[in-house]
Amino acid sequence: MREMMSIVQHLKEDKLAVTGAMIILSLTIIVILAPHIAPYDPIKLDLENRLSSPDRNHLMGTDNLGRDVLSRTICGARFSLGMATVVVVIVMLLGIAMGTTAGYFGGVIDGIIMRLVDVLLAFPNIILALVIAGILGPSLTNVMIALAVVWWVGYARIIRGSVLSVKEKEFIEAARAMGCTDSYIAIRHILPNVLSPVIVLATLDMGHIILSIAALSFLGLGAQPPIPEWGTMLNEGRPFMETAPHLMIFPGLMIMVTVLAFNFLGDGLRDALDPRMKEDAIK
Amino acid sequence: MIKFIAKRLAIATLIMLGASLLSFSLIHLAPGNPAEVIIRAEMGEDPSLTEIEFFFQKYDLNDPFFAQCAQWMHMITHGDLGTSFRTEEPVLVEFFDRFPATLELAVAAMAIAILISIPLGILSAMKQNSILDHGSRLVALWGVSMPNFWLGLVLILFFSVKLDWFPCFGYGGVEYLILPAVTLGTGMTATLMRLMRASMLEVLRQDYIRTARSKGLKERVVLWKHGFKNALIPVITVMGMQVGHLLAGVVIIETIFAWPGVGKFLVDGIYARDYPVIQGFVLIIALFFVLSNLAVDILYTYLDPRIKYDVENA
Repeated sequence: MREMMSIVQHLKEDKLAVTGAMIILSLTIIVILAPHIAPYDPIKLDLENRLSSPDRNHLMGTDNLGRDVLSRTICGARFSLGMATVVVVIVMLLGIAMGTTAGYFGGVIDGIIMRLVDVLLAFPNIILALVIAGILGPSLTNVMIALAVVWWVGYARIIRGSVLSVKEKEFIEAARAMGCTDSYIAIRHILPNVLSPVIVLATLDMGHIILSIAALSFLGLGAQPPIPEWGTMLNEGRPFMETAPHLMIFPGLMIMVTVLAFNFLGDGLRDALDPRMKEDAIK
Repeated sequence: MIKFIAKRLAIATLIMLGASLLSFSLIHLAPGNPAEVIIRAEMGEDPSLTEIEFFFQKYDLNDPFFAQCAQWMHMITHGDLGTSFRTEEPVLVEFFDRFPATLELAVAAMAIAILISIPLGILSAMKQNSILDHGSRLVALWGVSMPNFWLGLVLILFFSVKLDWFPCFGYGGVEYLILPAVTLGTGMTATLMRLMRASMLEVLRQDYIRTARSKGLKERVVLWKHGFKNALIPVITVMGMQVGHLLAGVVIIETIFAWPGVGKFLVDGIYARDYPVIQGFVLIIALFFVLSNLAVDILYTYLDPRIKYDVENA
């Protein structure tokens, strides 16, 4: 608990991390209130007002079907951020389960899991995700499955390493002597001790995953029209680049600001958790 | 040293075997019928049942899963990755026909990244906490946060559509290369710059730098001979690892700029369910990835003699 307090204290002094946290907080509010803030229905067609530039009625203009870009961008936050959060949670749980199992039991189980990790690491992340999403067919769910299949390995590796070092500590031996079961020891005694690097990784990964979802959607493999996902919006706006550049400027800016916010916060968290970096900050 | 290399080579071979099994099974667990999609694309109409049956027989798609798998392993160990459904050309030929274009783009991007990131990273470290330092760190964070496909579109919008300096897309002389290379190189520039700065700061704190200074060496000699050379080691490692990211970035950038490389052909292959191209290309890309990581590992032990012992112990 005292550790948590010192981390929060450290974060408060880090201007970039605070900025990141504020942006993420505002985005979260937007995600929750999206249908209420959006001035128009994000999928309602208005063919008389097609491709109009930003003006007083439509702050970000309208797209090729007359839909309000501002409303679409606001509601798009739900899909982009929501999907990324779901993927990160799945990936964390999967990584924690696999990593703890491998590290705690060792032997053959460890061998099998780690060889699987090695094989998955032989492919560049996004390429494997692209292929899996492409084979499963274009849809939101399939993009999430593809990213989860590819992304858990990093977490499994980190967790396994930490579990290996914690496993030999005396308090674990004491718990075993008291007759605690394996799963009880793993969940109650080992997990809490290995979580902090995972939290940093997850924060930084939010950015990567948002980018990957947008990229796959941009290639037409993710969210399908008329869903207002940011990557899909960029893909839809591309043919109208010359006449209506606002169609690709705004969703792109949103992706960038969101990812930047997570990178600010993730960097700050990493510095706060790494005692060696703390010295740097003091100097 | 030789023992270490041999061991790493053996592991890499095993990993590649696993990778080829994975790339094979992924595709065969997929829903959908490749015959239908491909024949429809060729003929422009829905295929008849006999046409589909003929396609299945031609490519042995009716065999049981394990028989197909055994045949695939036999083929790849003999350097045969099958033929593309779409072009009827061998997959290996298709890959290496397009590889020079991809290589050209990747090398150009890497050159841009190195030329910008290394000097800026060093300057940033030497003038720590100056405006230049804060500014370049902010720009670097911004660079890693920008979706590269979006950057590509924005560059096209400004430099091709508005200013008409460069062609929007296509392949040809240097004027075609600049926009995609900048797009692909931006993320890497940002990553390398952050790393170069951190590494230089770390090295300048070491005892041997203090020793060099107290010997009365000129600051320039300390910085370049003792500082820069050592700070470069982790940067080179990450450069090697970035080869994989370059390969990944290429897929999207080539699609945007209609660059006739490996990545665009792979994406088109995915849309068309060209199974042999998908599994073959993914496997070759994995091979490049594993080999570049192996090369980095070996290079690392040469660059930093202290590492050897760690490796022996591990």
